[in-house]
Amino acid sequence: MKVTAKNKGSAKIPTASIADIVFLLLIFFMSVTVFKQFQGLKVELPAAKATKKIEKKRIITHIWIDSENHLNIDDMPITLQKIAPLMSKKMQENPAIIVSVRADKHAKYGIVAQLLEELKKSNALRVNFATLTKGGGTS
Amino acid sequence: MALKLHGKQHINKDAEIPTASLADIVFLLLIFFLVTTSMNPDKGLGLTLPPPGKEVKLTKENVLSVYINSEGKILIGEEIITSDQIRERVEKRLNENPELVVSLVTDAKADYNSMVNALDEIKLAFKDLKKENPKFKEKISLATPVF
Repeated sequence: MKVTAKNKGSAKIPTASIADIVFLLLIFFMSVTVFKQFQGLKVELPAAKATKKIEKKRIITHIWIDSENHLNIDDMPITLQKIAPLMSKKMQENPAIIVSVRADKHAKYGIVAQLLEELKKSNALRVNFATLTKGGGTS
Repeated sequence: MALKLHGKQHINKDAEIPTASLADIVFLLLIFFLVTTSMNPDKGLGLTLPPPGKEVKLTKENVLSVYINSEGKILIGEEIITSDQIRERVEKRLNENPELVVSLVTDAKADYNSMVNALDEIKLAFKDLKKENPKFKEKISLATPVF
């Protein structure tokens, strides 16, 4: 009785489809990537537990407020008075805009409130206070 | 003549684009997009502001005011409380009156941090109630301080 090794053929992993798989992955990442557009000001965000993600990244307008009350909208330094006209223009282009207020935690509430007033004037009513997530928070 | 030309035709040789390096190029692109994709989404506390000029009249019984003064001290009703008591207090009041609008009155000189903390606690209180009753509506108002 002879025992013959049947699997003499070299064991190969089929690599022909790797390119296709990688292509699919590539297309996925290309469609998902939203490039970080703006640098912003250096702020220390406050932390909160009830945070929610903003799913639609492409319709966010960021406004930064640092601890020295500097305002910055999409990397442009701005004064409070000029926010309302600028935001009105943006709202005309896209009425679904969400304004993300990235204010420093040591900033005074006064400036944030003034900003909110300006936003109300320009009808930009969807506001999000950017925060970090505190431990123990869900979603 | 025509026959001779026909015999000399060499165009039936396969013209191929080399595809061996395609996978490498695609890999490089993939790695580029992998690296540049930021997976941390924008997070925060969402709020919808009231439209300008539209004042909603509320009766006193339907408003719960949470005051924060310039030193970050918090007052609900007549009591000074700490920020971790807000949730419990607001929840209790909401259970008594589901129509309640929570109004957050923050001093212009208070820290933004204390305001966010309070807003967070109020949101958590609403979230708890929403768990019990999904139809529950979150009603938070930010009062405009006097400058």
